Amino acid sequence: MKLRSAALAAAMALAGATAQADVKVGMITTLSGGGAGLGIDVRDGFMLAVQQAGRDDLEVVIEDDQRKPDIAVQLADKMIQSEKVDILTGIIWSNLAMAVVPAATAQGKFYLSPNAGPSPLAGKGCHENYFNVAWQNDNLHEAAGAYANDTGFKNSFILAPNYPAGKDALTGYKRFFEGELSGELYTKLGQTDYAAEIAQIRASGADSVYFFLPGGMGISFLKQYAASGVDLPLVGPAFSFDQGILQAVGDAAMGVKNTSQWNKDIDNATNAAFVDTFQAEYGRLPSLYASQGFDTANLLISAMGKADVADADAFRAALKAAEFASVRGDFAFGANHHPVQDIYVREVIKEGDVYTNKIIATGLTNHADAYAADCKM
Amino acid sequence: MTILLFIEQMLNGLQFGVMLFLMSAGLTLVFGVMGLINLAHGSLYMVGAFAAAAVAAATGSFVLALMASLAAAALAGALIELTVIRRLYDRDHLDQVLATFALILIFSEGTRWMFGSFPLFLDVPKVLAGPVTLPGGIQYPAYRLSIIVIGLVVAAGMFALINRTRVGIRIRAGEADREMIAALGVDIAKLYTFVFALGAALAGFAGALVGAIQSVQVGMGEPVLILAFVVIVIGGIGSIKGAFVGALLVGFTDTLGRILLPQIFALFLEPSAAVSVGSALASMLIYILMAGVLVFRPRGLYGVA
Repeated sequence: MKLRSAALAAAMALAGATAQADVKVGMITTLSGGGAGLGIDVRDGFMLAVQQAGRDDLEVVIEDDQRKPDIAVQLADKMIQSEKVDILTGIIWSNLAMAVVPAATAQGKFYLSPNAGPSPLAGKGCHENYFNVAWQNDNLHEAAGAYANDTGFKNSFILAPNYPAGKDALTGYKRFFEGELSGELYTKLGQTDYAAEIAQIRASGADSVYFFLPGGMGISFLKQYAASGVDLPLVGPAFSFDQGILQAVGDAAMGVKNTSQWNKDIDNATNAAFVDTFQAEYGRLPSLYASQGFDTANLLISAMGKADVADADAFRAALKAAEFASVRGDFAFGANHHPVQDIYVREVIKEGDVYTNKIIATGLTNHADAYAADCKM
Repeated sequence: MTILLFIEQMLNGLQFGVMLFLMSAGLTLVFGVMGLINLAHGSLYMVGAFAAAAVAAATGSFVLALMASLAAAALAGALIELTVIRRLYDRDHLDQVLATFALILIFSEGTRWMFGSFPLFLDVPKVLAGPVTLPGGIQYPAYRLSIIVIGLVVAAGMFALINRTRVGIRIRAGEADREMIAALGVDIAKLYTFVFALGAALAGFAGALVGAIQSVQVGMGEPVLILAFVVIVIGGIGSIKGAFVGALLVGFTDTLGRILLPQIFALFLEPSAAVSVGSALASMLIYILMAGVLVFRPRGLYGVA
């Protein structure tokens, strides 16, 4: 309840300042249904930064897309046409981003992505008004492939759901992994029972398992894997190990290595302050999604300090410069407006009663995405 | 594929089928006896899982958690039957779909309001954690074996209840002729509430059992609900026997299809194409099975005309 009232208070404080508001942000994110945890984290991280900036010339309108592309498109139309927002942000899922972003940028709006980074928007479909503050979809998987090489894995079994981001994931892993694949599986999106897949892993003779199963799918897989007695090392991207779902997995996740561009123990003052204030405000540890929301808002606020949003060219240059204190430490955009950043390897640990991650290695340093060369801006 | 792996996959199919039976038994009874399409059946599954997770977190006992799931789901079922469902028996199916869809939304957002948006923790009991070794050297999770046993026991209990007890006779009579059984002095309203609560309790129980190896989260019931509808359509609406056979058919088809299809396609396609064609076809397989059954038995395997 505290979370909701805090967000409400922030929204009302901002609504009260409508008269002199000159930057209006429309946030479309997932706040109900199965994937709501991610949208709520992005929103809370974003609103925390807005609150801390204390600017009365920034207004945020928040709407729930229910994880449905048609609703996201309707909301975007409404925000652009009747709410007259200058900037859109908030979308979690790549299929929703693909439905909203190209139309919004074509109408001259800025779009700052706090999560989804589908490959078309990084390559051929890139746009000068589209900035991704999180990652290109393949990035964390590429880092996992690099980590598997470093660890000396020779023979991986890999699996992901049968949908575009799942295919991007395995492509990303294979782009960097130099060993053999002893099995490659696509599961049904939303599948919750992995007994058949785990039996195949057991029989495959692999020396490691890489899996991309975000959210509830990952919880199911990890619990069933732990109960099966198969003890091959697991590697995954951070999406199955974020702060929101680790508590639901429990001991089954202990010791698993996962790749992320952020963790709460990245050593810089901004990050330390972010983790403390987020915990104080919302009563839980932030996830990587919250960190992405926080960075997105801070990027926006830094640009507002340098340029007027009405002057699109100057504002775009201010965004591109990315002169804000990121919780990730150094932050820079590449030529296609996607981050060039370090991606870390984390391990799941237990601090007191709480399951969380700690960084144990750097997977890739100053890593850009594979699609930048296709982007003609 | 070795024989051992195949046997292990058959066990997986059996376990999946038994779970589906717990979910579809209530659905088929409610559909058959009361003529009601209950989309909110998946929400009762979710209620059971959340009740179990909450009680397990508070007491640490898995047995208490299972009992809580039965009680909470039965209670929720009885409550919605008395307040909402009861008014829908005489309406057409479209009204029922609309009203029970509304119940899904109410349950989902109500659960979110009570428990928050993040998945809850529910683990298998310590004694059943880890694998056991079966004859032939198959390593199989102890918890999944227990699910198979529990599911078969519940199925046997349901057969006995429907075929051997007075309540069962009334339920079957209610299915055949609602007016006549009311005229014979059976309190049909009470019977309906009982049947609905029974179906809800089974769904909640399934939710708790499965919640321990899957994810306890808002919206967990809807994917299972779709499968349960496939099961009762294959089995024949209103038939417990049909639900049992249908559930096992769907369980085996889905599990073996996921494993075998990509391997079969790999015989004559290149590996990456085989994987994607095989996976795509595997996820359609149970619907193809349903369509196939309906071509030959339009009322399902054990449906009555």
